[in-house]
Amino acid sequence: MATMTILQAVNDTLRHEMRHDRNVVVLGEDVGKNGGVFRATEGLFDEFGGDRVMDTPLTESGIVGAAIGMALYGLRPVAEIQFQDFIFPAFDQIVNEMAKFRYRSGGQYPCPLVVRAPYGGGIRGGHYHSQSGEAYFAHTPGLKVVIPSTPADAKGLLAASIRDEDPVIFLEPKRIYRSVKGEVPEGEHLVPLGKARLAREGRHVTVYAYGAMIPVALEAADQAAAKGIEVEVLDLRTLVPLDKPAVLESVKKTGRAVVLYEAPRTCGYGAEISAIIAEEAIEYLEAPIVRVAGFDTPFPYTLEHVYMPDAHRVLTAIEKVKNF
Amino acid sequence: MAEPRLQVLREDGMLSPRPAGGLPESQLLRLYEAMALTRALDERCMLLQRQGRFGFYLPSSGEEALQIGSAAAFEPGDWIFPSYRVPGIFLWRGVPLDEMVCNLFGNSGDLARGRQMPVHYSFRRFNLVSISSPIGTQIIQAVGAGMAARIRKDRTVVGTYFGEGGTSSNDFHTGMNFAAVFRAPVVFLCNNNGYAISCPYERQTASETIAVKAKAYGMPGVRVDGNDVLAVYEATQQAVDRARAGEGPTLIEAVTFRMGPHSSSDDPKRYVPKETFEAWKDRDPIDRFRRCLMQERVLDAARDQAIHELAKTQVADAIKRVESLPPPPLASLFEDVYHDMPAHLLEQLRALQEEEKAKGKFTDTSVAFPL
Repeated sequence: MATMTILQAVNDTLRHEMRHDRNVVVLGEDVGKNGGVFRATEGLFDEFGGDRVMDTPLTESGIVGAAIGMALYGLRPVAEIQFQDFIFPAFDQIVNEMAKFRYRSGGQYPCPLVVRAPYGGGIRGGHYHSQSGEAYFAHTPGLKVVIPSTPADAKGLLAASIRDEDPVIFLEPKRIYRSVKGEVPEGEHLVPLGKARLAREGRHVTVYAYGAMIPVALEAADQAAAKGIEVEVLDLRTLVPLDKPAVLESVKKTGRAVVLYEAPRTCGYGAEISAIIAEEAIEYLEAPIVRVAGFDTPFPYTLEHVYMPDAHRVLTAIEKVKNF
Repeated sequence: MAEPRLQVLREDGMLSPRPAGGLPESQLLRLYEAMALTRALDERCMLLQRQGRFGFYLPSSGEEALQIGSAAAFEPGDWIFPSYRVPGIFLWRGVPLDEMVCNLFGNSGDLARGRQMPVHYSFRRFNLVSISSPIGTQIIQAVGAGMAARIRKDRTVVGTYFGEGGTSSNDFHTGMNFAAVFRAPVVFLCNNNGYAISCPYERQTASETIAVKAKAYGMPGVRVDGNDVLAVYEATQQAVDRARAGEGPTLIEAVTFRMGPHSSSDDPKRYVPKETFEAWKDRDPIDRFRRCLMQERVLDAARDQAIHELAKTQVADAIKRVESLPPPPLASLFEDVYHDMPAHLLEQLRALQEEEKAKGKFTDTSVAFPL
């Protein structure tokens, strides 16, 4: 075991997977000599060389498009998009190509690759360094969408994503890149995709969350405990394919659900969780399903701390459903 | 005794058209037969579409030299990222007609399982990468595959095809740039056939030629007569050799003309001047190659007729063999989305199976494709 930050875990995983499988390659802007603007790929260029750690020209559609070609040919590329906000030039390649290669070819052309990107607000990044775009990808059949919240999960889920036979969008909560430390198993560590994690057990209310909102949910749960409300926090981890049994099992136990996501409220991923619970567990509900989400505005700079859901906002929702 | 090759001097002492790399007679005939088969498939498929047998077809008439000449320059192990207008490459590589036609019908014999519209072929065992509708996306993917081949130190060369319309796409720019920066073993083949649906060359680019754009990216650009099958072969062969020798990518612009409509839903009479069309009719690549082969006594009228008849028969027979195959089964709708079918898709499949029981049959309410 080693104590690591999420960023260190990502770096450790990439190194381990590249040692484990010669087909794993990394590409993106500034990932080589510079080790990545967040240092996620630090040291990889020195160990594996420029053939396997490629600095690319400035084009996200190129990074992803080239990665697709490599994956079709038999490599296992891990493409880095510097900030999820910049992924949109690659959206055509992701949605129309990457997600559909296996399906449209009748299984002849699987396209296993990982596109990893730091996402989410909290680093004073404004409109273009703070977006939470997971919903765009969760809405595209053929993609898997994975978001870790702990260093151990960052390692295990990234390793599993790299080894997965399907294309994975791996979003890293950059707000907690360095602030959350945790024990990470050394050597090989795989966390299966499609399985949620019970971050905290409780009887009264379930809070569903992922990524940088997990620490917020846990903080709210602590505050709720002081008021006698036992909160269960379910860390979804994989948005697609979702661990629906875990989602339903929790709300059937507590009867009260709060769905937390920092992305804009409308059509955010949490809306899907709400719909599933309403459709399949209504008879267990003691209160309406309440969402705590970002506002339906572009992500602000100065008022970022007002925008981001905090423990207080989550606690208000917890109390609302508990006292319904 | 060695195969007779085309002469350089005819018996009357006049210079003969020089064959590319001194191709043997058998190879020349093979090129011609493949061009004939490509045209036969096209003509029959347009008819079938008009008869409502399948919903859509995209002809490549007039571009047979470009397709076959270039395809012949690659090795079977080379990867091709095609556009949707180069079925001749598939035929050259030996994709069975039955499998091509099954794809057009989208029936249970289709390797792509009826997932896409006609002509979006996919044949892994022939290293022909699946075709999609968005323009140009294959270009950068081809470069990625080339980069992978280089990393692996394989001798693979990657070819990719696109129209002059495709050169306006983001991924043309990205692909050309990547290929040159990474010295990828890629041959870029631009079918400059004059029109992108109704958009003529002059409105697609203000550049004098497509080939000249190569210079901006740092690679050689070659402009070739796309209706001269031997010239296309030679140009492609040189580019393939360069790539295989580690010398990097080349852009080839093959100038030709789209003698047919963009697709079965298009009417080029609305935008192609009659004189343009007539002028290009005189440059038909099959007629031209026939004249050469006749002149060189590789072909005579009887043999020529036999070749075209055989092509038509082969197409007709393939259609007869597969036209009654049923559509793919319902469950196939949910397969291949992922490697393993996830729980939510299994649930949706079960729900659909229940619906089928209740309905008995699903009614086709789709309208005709308009493009």
